[in-house]
Amino acid sequence: MDGVHDLGGMQGFGRVEREDKEPVFHAPWEAEVLAMMRAGAGRGLYNIDEFRHAIERMRPADYLAATYYEKWLDGITRLFVEKGVVTEAEMQARTAFFATRPDAAATAALTGPLPGRVPFNAGWAQDVVRETGAPPRFAPGDPVITRNMHPRGHTRLPRYARGKRGVIHRLHGVHVFPDSNAHGLGEQPQPLYGVRFEARELWGEDAAPNQWVHIDLWESYLEPGR
Amino acid sequence: MGKNHPNVDPYVVSRVRALESLLLEKGILASDAVDRVIQRYEADTGPMVGARAVARAWADPVYKRLLLEDSRSALAQFGLDYGMLVVVENTPAVHNLVVCTLCSCYPWPVLGLPPTWYKMPAYRSRAVNEPRAVLREFGLGIPPEREVRVWDSSAEMRYMVLPERPAGTEHMGEAELVPLIGRDALIGVAQVPTPAGAR
Repeated sequence: MDGVHDLGGMQGFGRVEREDKEPVFHAPWEAEVLAMMRAGAGRGLYNIDEFRHAIERMRPADYLAATYYEKWLDGITRLFVEKGVVTEAEMQARTAFFATRPDAAATAALTGPLPGRVPFNAGWAQDVVRETGAPPRFAPGDPVITRNMHPRGHTRLPRYARGKRGVIHRLHGVHVFPDSNAHGLGEQPQPLYGVRFEARELWGEDAAPNQWVHIDLWESYLEPGR
Repeated sequence: MGKNHPNVDPYVVSRVRALESLLLEKGILASDAVDRVIQRYEADTGPMVGARAVARAWADPVYKRLLLEDSRSALAQFGLDYGMLVVVENTPAVHNLVVCTLCSCYPWPVLGLPPTWYKMPAYRSRAVNEPRAVLREFGLGIPPEREVRVWDSSAEMRYMVLPERPAGTEHMGEAELVPLIGRDALIGVAQVPTPAGAR
């Protein structure tokens, strides 16, 4: 989707602001969000592509104003509701409970004993390479042109790199296709390529010379160039 | 733009606790999961595997080739099973920079959690479009004749920069080199500085 998350090349965000001696977590709730995201994924309730697409569907104005873990909270809450794990009504009731008890731990709202051992699969995110034996359409050195496409759903072809000419730099093997996997349409694995683009092709004649961008792109994003 | 400071919005914290209590109750979130996350990312970080791999690559040309060509085998020497890393080498002719414009992809297993600036719109929007200006803000001037190569992490491949070994460290061994190698150099927004007192 042509969402606000697709930030490459946008202007007006100002300087990169750095924080001295940044802590790993700024507050305990950030670690709680990370643990919940991992728990849902580790239980197989959503895959990495569904997770990314859930964040992309955050209200655009909220997205730009949110911190990183606020985006994650918004995304996982949306997924847990869509997957039927929790309801928005439950969320509202519990949120009201904690709004009047700002220092209470999460366990303060439990209505019964905790369930026993909770299963978890830690390897979920890296497991994207599929040895299908599909012959790659392109080889390193081949010129390609990216498709000009504007799908309503999830895609990993950034807006700034659509309809652009590049050269295949390397083949990364056959990878799960996010555009289908984010929507329950299966993994549909495809060859994934590192593609090299000159800055002037992406940004026009005014771009600085001697500057290149490498992007990893799935085969169906690409057409033969010349 | 975008908040990069600690969030104290009580509504957000209430939403977090609400979801957490529901996931505990429904058997999705283990009761020790939060403590394990904090332990893993706050206490167990230690020296980053990325810095150790770079130090070994500087000290051993055979290892350097392995790191660049078969990072999985190279990282296995540090007990890490990770097959998705591409290591890109800085040279006098090429400077590499890593970004994720679509979200905030980052090589967690070798570098830990990303800094906030890496995840904010300013860096994500500008790194692909005006990398030299971004690098200048980080104090790094890249001359026009040196190629700038930006890696936009759009898939599950992850990128780490192999920075140049600073002058004055020729006498130093792997263990001495590790603490010199900061996270920013492995993202490509800094060089590894010559240590104070080095020739």
